[in-house]
Amino acid sequence: MRDVAIIGIGHTKFGRASKTSLELFSEAALQAIDDAGVDLKDIEALFQGAALPGFEEGQVTPPGFSAAELNLNPIPATRYEGACASASIAIREAAMWVAAGEYDMVIAGGVEKALLMGTLFATRTFAMACHAPTEGPVGLTFPGVFAMAARQYSRNYDISIDKLREKMAHVSVKNHKHGALNPLAQFYKKLGDLKVEDVINSRLVADPLTLLDCCPFSDGAAAIVLCAAEEARRYTDDPVYILGTGQGSGGPLSKMEDLTKPVSRISSARMAFKHAGLKPSDIDVLELHDCFTIAELIALECMGFFDWGEAADATEEGQTELGGKIPTNMSGGLIGKGHPIGATGASQVYWLVKQMRGEAPKGNQIDPVPEYGMTDTLGGDFGTLCHIILGKGK
Amino acid sequence: MEGKEQEEMEKEYTVLTFAEYEEGLKNGKLLGLRCASCKKITCHPMPVCQWCGGRSLERMELSGEGELTTFTVIRVPSEGFEDDAPYIPCLVKTKEGPCVVGRLDYDAEQATQELIGKRVRMNGSYTYKGDKYSGGAHTCPVFEIQENKSVTQIDTD
Ligand SMILES: [Zn+2]
Repeated sequence: MRDVAIIGIGHTKFGRASKTSLELFSEAALQAIDDAGVDLKDIEALFQGAALPGFEEGQVTPPGFSAAELNLNPIPATRYEGACASASIAIREAAMWVAAGEYDMVIAGGVEKALLMGTLFATRTFAMACHAPTEGPVGLTFPGVFAMAARQYSRNYDISIDKLREKMAHVSVKNHKHGALNPLAQFYKKLGDLKVEDVINSRLVADPLTLLDCCPFSDGAAAIVLCAAEEARRYTDDPVYILGTGQGSGGPLSKMEDLTKPVSRISSARMAFKHAGLKPSDIDVLELHDCFTIAELIALECMGFFDWGEAADATEEGQTELGGKIPTNMSGGLIGKGHPIGATGASQVYWLVKQMRGEAPKGNQIDPVPEYGMTDTLGGDFGTLCHIILGKGK
Repeated sequence: MEGKEQEEMEKEYTVLTFAEYEEGLKNGKLLGLRCASCKKITCHPMPVCQWCGGRSLERMELSGEGELTTFTVIRVPSEGFEDDAPYIPCLVKTKEGPCVVGRLDYDAEQATQELIGKRVRMNGSYTYKGDKYSGGAHTCPVFEIQENKSVTQIDTD
C-alpha cells in the first residue's frame, strides 16, 4: 500500500447558511483544490459524507450532483453515511483507494444543512441514528444517550452529579473559548468568556446535560484533496500525511456493557494507532467528537490519553488546554465551532492540517507547531467510530 | 429443484421476531432466547446469540426484574414526543443477564442519581404510534422501582 498525503483543504463558515448543500460542498471543494494548486481535471474520484440530505433538502445521492456541479462527471462519486462520522469514513475510504493505487488524486469531505430542520425535527432525524426498533419508541434523543452516559460516569467513579456537572462544564468553557477565536466557527466572537456557572445554569435538555453541554445544529461543508505521498511535494511544501486510520461499529445501547467505555471507540482508536505505529504519548493535538461535554471525557479515556475516570479531573486542571498534556479541540470542537454532522470529520482534519502548518487562529495555535495530530469522530450512539492520525512526516 | 435445496431456500432464520417480542411486551411478558452453546440469554431478540454468536437458540421468558443501570429525564423531546416530555428513558440490566432499554415509570421531577442501582420490575409497556419514518408503531418495556431495594439486597431478601 502507498502512503497518502493531504495537499489541499477547504472549509466553509459554519452556522446558518442560505446556500444549498451542493453550493456549500462546491465551495469547500474548490477552496481545497485552489489550496492544493491542482486542476479540477486531476481529480479522479469524489468521496462525500452526508448524513441526512433526504430530510434536509429532499435530496438523496448528492455526490453525483456535487461532481456534476464541479464539472467532474462522470468520475465515480460516492456518498458515505455514518451519521456524524460520515465525512471521516469518506476520508478513510478515499485514503484507502489512493493507498491501493487505484487513484492518484481524489477529493473527500462532507456537507450538512441541519439548521433549516428546526430543533424539533432535527432532534427527530438525529435520533434516527439510534436503534430504531428498541430506542425509537422510548423517545430517546442524542442528548438523552449522553446524559445516560454521564450518569454512568458519575456512578462508576463515585463523582457526585453536581461535581461532574462542574467538571463537564470546563469542556464547554474551553471549547467555546477557542471557538470564539475561530473565524469559521458558528460561535465566532461569541461565548468566549463563558463561566462554569453559565453552563450549569443554562436550560436542561436531558438531565444532567444543559444546552451549553451540547453542540449546536449547524450548516456547513469541508473538503480535502488527497494524493499519493510520493507526488505530494510537486504541489506543496508542507504536505500532511495520513499515517493511520481506524474504524469501529457499535450496536443498540442495550447490547453495550458500559456507555462510558464503548468498544467501538476503543477498537477504532487502537486500530489507528497500530496502523500508524504510534501511541497516545506521540500525539501533540486532538480534534475529537465533543458532541456533548461528557463525550469529550469519554473519548479522551477510550483513546488512551487518560486512565478510566481521570479525564474529568484532567480537564478541570487544564491538561487538555494549550500548554497542557494534550491540547484538545483547539478549533472550538463541535461545541464551539458547530457540528454540520456530515462535514464534521473533514472539518476536524482541516483544523489539524492548519495546526501542522502553523496557520491556526491566534490563541488556538499550538507552539511549537505539532508534528502529530489525531481525529476522533462518532456517528450515532457509538454506532460508527472513526479515527485518523496525521503527521508532518511519514 | 431438489427437496433439500428448496428447504435451504425457505429455511427460517428468525427464532423470535421483533413483532412477537413486541406482542409479548404488550402482554406483560419480556421474551428472549436461550443459547444452546453458552446457555446465556439474548434479549431483545437477534438471529444469533448476543454473547457468543451461537446459532442454536430457543425461546424463553425473562422475569422482567433487574437493576436500573442508568436513566435520563428528557426535557427537549424529539418530534412526536412533545406530549410525553418530561419522560424517563432508562437502561435495565435484567436478572437473566442482558440489558434492555425502556421507560421508567417515575415522577420526572423526583428522579435523582440515587435511583441508579435500584431493583426494578417491568410493570407494563409503552407503544409509540410512530410517524412517517418509523415503519409503524413500536413498543418498549416500562419499568417501576421496587422501593428501597437495591440490587445488593436481592440476595439477602
Ligand atoms: Zn451463546
